[in-house]
Amino acid sequence: MRTVQVTRRVDPHLNIDRYDPEAELMLLHFGPQHPSTHGVFRMDLTLDGELVVKAVPHVGFLHRAVEKLCESLAYVQITPIVDKNDYVAPMTNEQALNMAFEKLLNLEVPRRARWMRSLFAELQRIASHLLWLGTFALDLGGALGGGSTVFIYCFRERELVLDLFEEVTGARFHYNTHTIGGNRHDLPAGWSAKVHAALNVIDSRLGEYERMTLHNKIFVVRTQGVGVLDAELALELGITGPILRACGVDHDLRRDAPFHAYDEVPVKPVIATGGDCLARAQVRLGEIRESIRLVRAMVDNVPSGAINSGKPIKVPVQTKIPPGQAYVAIETPRGELGTYVISDGSQFPYRLKIRPPSLHALSALPYILPGATVSDAVAILGSLDPIMGEVDR
Amino acid sequence: MSGFVHGLGYGAVIVTVLMTVTAFSLWFERKMAARMQSRLGPTMVGPAGILQPIADVLKLLQKEDIVPLKADAVLFNLAPPVAVVCAIGVAAAVPFSPKVVAADLDVGVLYVLAIGAVTVLPVFSAGWASNNKLALLGGMRAVAQSVSYEVPLVLAALVPVILSGSMRIGAIVQFQSDHHWFVLWPFFLGIPAFVIFVLAMLAEANRIPFDIPEAESELVAGVTTEYTGMKFALFYMAEYVHTLVASALAAALFLGGWDGGPFPPGLHWMVLKTFLLFAGLYWIRWTLLRFRSDQLMRLCWWYLVPSSIALVAAAGVWVVFVG
Repeated sequence: MRTVQVTRRVDPHLNIDRYDPEAELMLLHFGPQHPSTHGVFRMDLTLDGELVVKAVPHVGFLHRAVEKLCESLAYVQITPIVDKNDYVAPMTNEQALNMAFEKLLNLEVPRRARWMRSLFAELQRIASHLLWLGTFALDLGGALGGGSTVFIYCFRERELVLDLFEEVTGARFHYNTHTIGGNRHDLPAGWSAKVHAALNVIDSRLGEYERMTLHNKIFVVRTQGVGVLDAELALELGITGPILRACGVDHDLRRDAPFHAYDEVPVKPVIATGGDCLARAQVRLGEIRESIRLVRAMVDNVPSGAINSGKPIKVPVQTKIPPGQAYVAIETPRGELGTYVISDGSQFPYRLKIRPPSLHALSALPYILPGATVSDAVAILGSLDPIMGEVDR
Repeated sequence: MSGFVHGLGYGAVIVTVLMTVTAFSLWFERKMAARMQSRLGPTMVGPAGILQPIADVLKLLQKEDIVPLKADAVLFNLAPPVAVVCAIGVAAAVPFSPKVVAADLDVGVLYVLAIGAVTVLPVFSAGWASNNKLALLGGMRAVAQSVSYEVPLVLAALVPVILSGSMRIGAIVQFQSDHHWFVLWPFFLGIPAFVIFVLAMLAEANRIPFDIPEAESELVAGVTTEYTGMKFALFYMAEYVHTLVASALAAALFLGGWDGGPFPPGLHWMVLKTFLLFAGLYWIRWTLLRFRSDQLMRLCWWYLVPSSIALVAAAGVWVVFVG
């Protein structure tokens, strides 16, 4: 990773050029029961008419004490718990968690399992970005209008991906398929043909979605120049993933610190330069195409062999991990998802810390919201793609 | 006296028919939207779900009628019925055939535009009286939008008035029946005026892409945030009646009303044109995203107002030198 020299500090309270100091201000509690807060998120918006003067984000409405809970769970019991963190791409949580345990155990994951993890990760990325596109259009176009049309189209295609996962794991959403040392479920026979069929459908319809969004004049005027985040601030706030790549920073853990099978399947990160909501949309739509390319390249070439290296354990709950600490970061659809685990040698982790990319994305709000209108605030929040499950944990 | 009775009778018929048609246009829209979104839409209530609007209204009737503690109760309760009355009031002067018209006023166009302009008052009073910040923001947006779009709407409606030389809507339709529909000839005046009229009409009726006052993804439900049950339903009814009547008005002013071209004229032509326009508006609604307030204002004051002024001037020149 390169280091960043921070030269500029942005004061969220002074970053306003259109604010009339004489105006009577209105405090609007935006959320948590609001259709566009993507879960339970609250912002205190100070408004001058329609103009946001100051924004204070509040998180914690979905706090479930997952990290504390994990300290009293056996290692194998933690996987289904963290599934619920990033509930739009649940499998990525399992991957980061189990990779941390494997690092502490010095466990070599079989090549087939690593390929399967990469394959699943890319399918998750497709599903997650499709859901994002749908909800973002919903933010821009409303539940009773064109927005919901894009939303339902995107959900229709996301279903195809969920069907593929159901075929493998039996679950559509919270899979619990990764274990320490590999995977729990093997790919069923004839699965790759279904993957190709689903991807062909998604690929053939992507052009239509791009026409409805990126090439739609109304979409462009609503997103271009809205919520501009410069690369320096983004790096200072620890923002990663598509939001950072939309600021023109070429950073993708899949290429920079390859995990799973990404060292064998090179990834081309999608970069945009605007830093605005439009650039974020371009990056995410580009990543769907890139993920489709990766899945197509991988699905027929998954090496044969074992899917789990773990030696048969009589009582999995009593799995013990030698003392030590490990940090593992992977590139999820939202950015760098880190898992930091400290073990004291017992069958429970001493401390488990999860670094969610969405929390860092939300920390940009006080800087980029002032000067925007209420309508823009909705677009900006949607473009950050926050998942409150992993923000609050 | 007989004119009064005639007006009362036809008025009652038109209100009844309009309300029924509005309820089923809701079903029509839901079905159409569902087909556009690869869904089925209502299927359970009645054949093909056609009784769904009735079920919806029955459900809303059972809801608790809540007036917020700190709301201005009088204004709050008055706003929904006023909204419906204004929307239906417009229908009085719209001729559906030479005979089916409640009141074919001499100043029909003026009356229709004036009553149409009043519809912003209940919306704003609802936003203000709710004592809710989101509703207030919605009310602010509604006033700004309706007042601005009133200008191109009036100017665009002036074009058929100038071309036909009458403010009586029945006479405007008759003129088109005797000569040409205004969208056909002079098309270089008729088509732009028609487009501006429809755009301004969409903005007046708060439809996507101009539904900024309710903007449910931003303002929860805008001015209707605090309304429950039938009061909420009345706002929706007003919106649908407004759209329906405005479609009828556009059909009468630009598409020749009851005139059937080479075929004999009749009420069915007016109904057909109104519904085609109505369906077109909903097609737009379920396809496009939403503008932002300031972009909407820019569209109005930079593009629609200047071009409609130019159209009115051109219509005058056309009438003096050609027509």
